[in-house]
Amino acid sequence: MTDATRASLADRLLAGERGALARMISWAENAHAGFPAALEAFWSRVGRAPRLGITGPPGAGKSTLVDELARAVRAQERTVGVLAVDPSSPLTGGALLGDRIRMEDHTTDPGVFIRSMASRGSHGGMARAAVDAMDVMDAYGLDEVFVETVGVGQAEYDVVAAADTVLVVLCPGAGDGVQALKSGLLEVADVIAINKADLPGADRLATDMEESVHIRTAGREVWTPPVVTCSAGRRDGVERVLEAIASHRAHLEDHLVEHRRAKRVQQVRQVVGQRLDHALWVTGACAPRVEAHLREGVTPYAAAARLFEDLTRSLGDLVQEPSA
Amino acid sequence: MSERRIRVLVAKPGLDGHDRGAKTVASVLRDHGMEVVYTGLHKTPAMIAEIALQEDVDVVGLSILSGAHMELFPRVREELVSRGMERVLMVGGGIIPKDDMAALEGQGFAKLFGPGTNTDSIAEYIKEEVARRWAEEGSEA
Ligand SMILES: Nc1nc2c(ncn2[C@@H]2O[C@H](COP(=O)(O)OP(=O)(O)OP(=O)(O)O)[C@@H](O)[C@H]2O)c(=O)[nH]1
Ligand SMILES: [Mg+2]
Repeated sequence: MTDATRASLADRLLAGERGALARMISWAENAHAGFPAALEAFWSRVGRAPRLGITGPPGAGKSTLVDELARAVRAQERTVGVLAVDPSSPLTGGALLGDRIRMEDHTTDPGVFIRSMASRGSHGGMARAAVDAMDVMDAYGLDEVFVETVGVGQAEYDVVAAADTVLVVLCPGAGDGVQALKSGLLEVADVIAINKADLPGADRLATDMEESVHIRTAGREVWTPPVVTCSAGRRDGVERVLEAIASHRAHLEDHLVEHRRAKRVQQVRQVVGQRLDHALWVTGACAPRVEAHLREGVTPYAAAARLFEDLTRSLGDLVQEPSA
Repeated sequence: MSERRIRVLVAKPGLDGHDRGAKTVASVLRDHGMEVVYTGLHKTPAMIAEIALQEDVDVVGLSILSGAHMELFPRVREELVSRGMERVLMVGGGIIPKDDMAALEGQGFAKLFGPGTNTDSIAEYIKEEVARRWAEEGSEA
């Protein structure tokens, strides 16, 4: 890639070129050296699209529901970008990306852009890539941005947590509500959809979830996630999900800017964390210094304390230890 | 470029309803560390090209058993070229006579694989070919 094309990829993105949108997302996911400068170039256009994160256990019907939500957005003549994240194999690093099969009616609709992304395992890396990709879709001018991840771990939570609104999709049969509670899924939820309401057990699951939400939120000044039922596969009840999403958006309205800034702080924290880790342990001198401490026979905690003391001395008042 | 991986679209154009072969190839490529998007059955050339564009894949692999490859493969190629994706590596497989393979390889397809091809050798071919193209890209910078 020549310097000229590198410089102009952001321009082509802003000019509405679909191929540039696709390539810029690749830059985001590959942590391409040109991405930070490109982001600089289109940063002023980031922040217009509402972002919806969709998560839940494998097979709950997330992609089917995303397909329906996209249909509803299109019916209002608004455009939508979908980022569908699937896990990479920890063994080979490969991935089968199959979410878009459920969204194939939208394939040739110019108002819908669907991108599959593999989680690529590196902690923090996936959330970074996904947030960057959402920024790209937003800057391109898509009116709404959806991101789907399987609700299985911290990395996946970090992705959806970067969205404005988090929709957790559950379904009867895939374990009971207690599992959803234990997995921490409910803690990230702004809206809970019980999908596959055509199957037995959906009402029971909805009641359980309402109870869990009530226990968590009663008497506190926090958002109470609505629990709605739907059958995305039968195009039934999707309007209830939309209403619930809209109610959370209305609730955010007044403090959306602060809400987003708080999420950006988390993003910066991740970026800095990774850079710091690399700078201290990979290119930096921490490892040999700790090795020297350990050679003297001190415990790992003592070695850590010595290193920490050295670090705080140079970091000054950026560091504050918790008072014991 | 800190963490680039080979992205492949495995697609089934046309009307035949058998995708065992395509699914097998998709999972073998996954096992070779590639990120594989599978389209499902019955895709039109325009749909395949549009998915390839959105997914920014390095490779498009077509599988066909219906015998319509001489009609459909070049049309997929046209749709890709019209979207500025003439540089994507195109491969195909299925029940394709030798003469047709040769003809398609002259029409922008890098390689066609006949029935009974060792699937690991398909993966090895793709890895080598993509590595070569990435090196070329790099040297243009
Ligand atoms: N009975 C019933 N089945 C549904 C419904 N919605 C989706 N399904 C089915 O559930 C299965 C999984 O649907 P997906 O949309 O792929 O679920 P997902 O949560 O995206 O799955 P992963 O991304 O693989 O975790 C498919 O076979 C769907 O047809 C529904 O409302 N009722
Ligand atoms: Mg899915």
